[in-house]
Amino acid sequence: MTAAVTSVPVSAPQPAPTRVRVTQARVIRSEWIKFRTLRSSWITLGAGVAGMVGIGLLISWATNNRWTHMDPIERLTFDPVNRSLTGAFLAQLAIGVLGVLTVTGEYGTGMIRSTLGAVPKRLPVLWAKLGVYAVVTFGAALVAAFASFLGGQALLGTHGVSLSAPDALRCVIGVALYLTVVGIFAAGLGFAIRNTAGGIATLFGLLLVLPGLARALPSSWQQWIVPYLPSEAGGNVFAVLRDPSTLAAWTGFAVFCLWAAAAVALGAWVLSHRDA
Amino acid sequence: MPVIEIRELTKRFGPKLAVDSLSFDVRPGMVTGFLGPNGAGKSTTMRMIIGLDRPTAGRVTVNGRPYAEHPDPLRQVGALLEAKAVHTSRTARNHLRVLAATHGIPTSRVDEMIDLVGLTDVATKRAGGFSLGMGQRLGIASALLGEPSVLVLDEPVNGLDPEGVRWVRDLLKYKAAQGCTVFVSSHLMSEMAVTADHVIVIGRGRLLADSPTAEIIRSASSNRVTVRTPDAARLQTALAGPDVKVTTAGPDLLEVEGLASARIGEIALAERIVLHELVPQQASLEEAFMEMTADDVEFHATATSTGGPTRDRSRV
Repeated sequence: MTAAVTSVPVSAPQPAPTRVRVTQARVIRSEWIKFRTLRSSWITLGAGVAGMVGIGLLISWATNNRWTHMDPIERLTFDPVNRSLTGAFLAQLAIGVLGVLTVTGEYGTGMIRSTLGAVPKRLPVLWAKLGVYAVVTFGAALVAAFASFLGGQALLGTHGVSLSAPDALRCVIGVALYLTVVGIFAAGLGFAIRNTAGGIATLFGLLLVLPGLARALPSSWQQWIVPYLPSEAGGNVFAVLRDPSTLAAWTGFAVFCLWAAAAVALGAWVLSHRDA
Repeated sequence: MPVIEIRELTKRFGPKLAVDSLSFDVRPGMVTGFLGPNGAGKSTTMRMIIGLDRPTAGRVTVNGRPYAEHPDPLRQVGALLEAKAVHTSRTARNHLRVLAATHGIPTSRVDEMIDLVGLTDVATKRAGGFSLGMGQRLGIASALLGEPSVLVLDEPVNGLDPEGVRWVRDLLKYKAAQGCTVFVSSHLMSEMAVTADHVIVIGRGRLLADSPTAEIIRSASSNRVTVRTPDAARLQTALAGPDVKVTTAGPDLLEVEGLASARIGEIALAERIVLHELVPQQASLEEAFMEMTADDVEFHATATSTGGPTRDRSRV
């Protein structure tokens, strides 16, 4: 490493760039640079897409192969659209982890102090992070959703449907929206908890563990609790055939959005009130 | 006109009062050193200047406003608070681009700063692999990025090699000469003595001193005069007084505390004692500092005899 000790250690005075100031658009740009300059962003996102498409194709192929061995009830409740999108349950792991990490990675490394030193009003950082991550996630999830659906339906053979089938397009776009909200939920929890392990545990505790726990409750209680849990409510948006006890597609999705909004609100409160 | 104004600033962490109604100003055109024992509240004070910590009470303004209320914070204050406030997986250049982007600072300025701090060769390497010194250089580059008129640097020479230490010293002095406000903490007293024009000393979160460096050194009671004379015994008697302490440092050498060299010369003349040497020994900034903070150190080490510039506590 060489240092320019001999020269005067400061650049020649430049005309002051008067337009140098913080704007929300610039903070978004900064967050976009942050996202794309970490290799782990792309690896995790790629793993999520590959996992979703891979599982969707595998399960569709297996279903078609096993069709003659399936019992009548299984055939009656078979939802070809939802079946090809099953990989979303895997993709949400990658998207959830990455969502938590985009925030807690900054707390873990100390980067957050540079970030908040540059944007001391703080909340613009939260909006920019959520915005960038939501757009990136939606794009990746939409690609994965179409690939899963089209590939899956092809592998389902005669049991598959086309995109013009009732509710098919709603499910394909719905699963991308579901995964996007998982990402927002995760980033909100990241701001609230500030710790990678804690954030990931909380996220998947709410998404994956809570429904299992709730099903251990007396069944008279379950109907008031289970349908409103985040993944139970949100999952309706990419299912055609639903259990009558569950919420309608968009109602369920709205409930899921409320969960994510609560996490973001908590994160925003913590970010603006606690020392960095 | 002061640039950083700190008024009754207080920060409490649970039961611990880290900063205790601290008030002082930092002025432009000079290097102001910020000294205090470990745990005195220096870093907390600096974090409050740029709004990372919220004061429990009191206020701090930079260029007339709280830091967060400036539309262009990086252009107001360049701060180096922790050695590595950097995502370890991002390259040095991308780290600076991220910060520059928030203010619309062009990438050309990023490259200029990388060259300036001497990180050109490693600009595309992950910052996680940087040594402490390289991390400090990156931190200094990010502090200078917005061409700020105020620099707030916490231990900037920490981990730098002698060449780096000197580079930082020149940089700070150059910036101060340009009219910038330079506020820098350090635990290296010898470094502060040559860099800082003015020092602020705190202990246990309270202000202990706020004066020009030269004045602080002058006021240290450990200022003493060595006198070499063939008639040491007689001079010792002649100098004796209530506040004067004379010790024999050699057969013809006396060490005098509590009398100015001029006065010693006059007494010697009156007594017709020949003097061969009359040398004022100025206390170092370190001695002045130790004296000032003796009662305020947070973590006392148990007395040790292992070398080092430890001060003889019996004289305090």
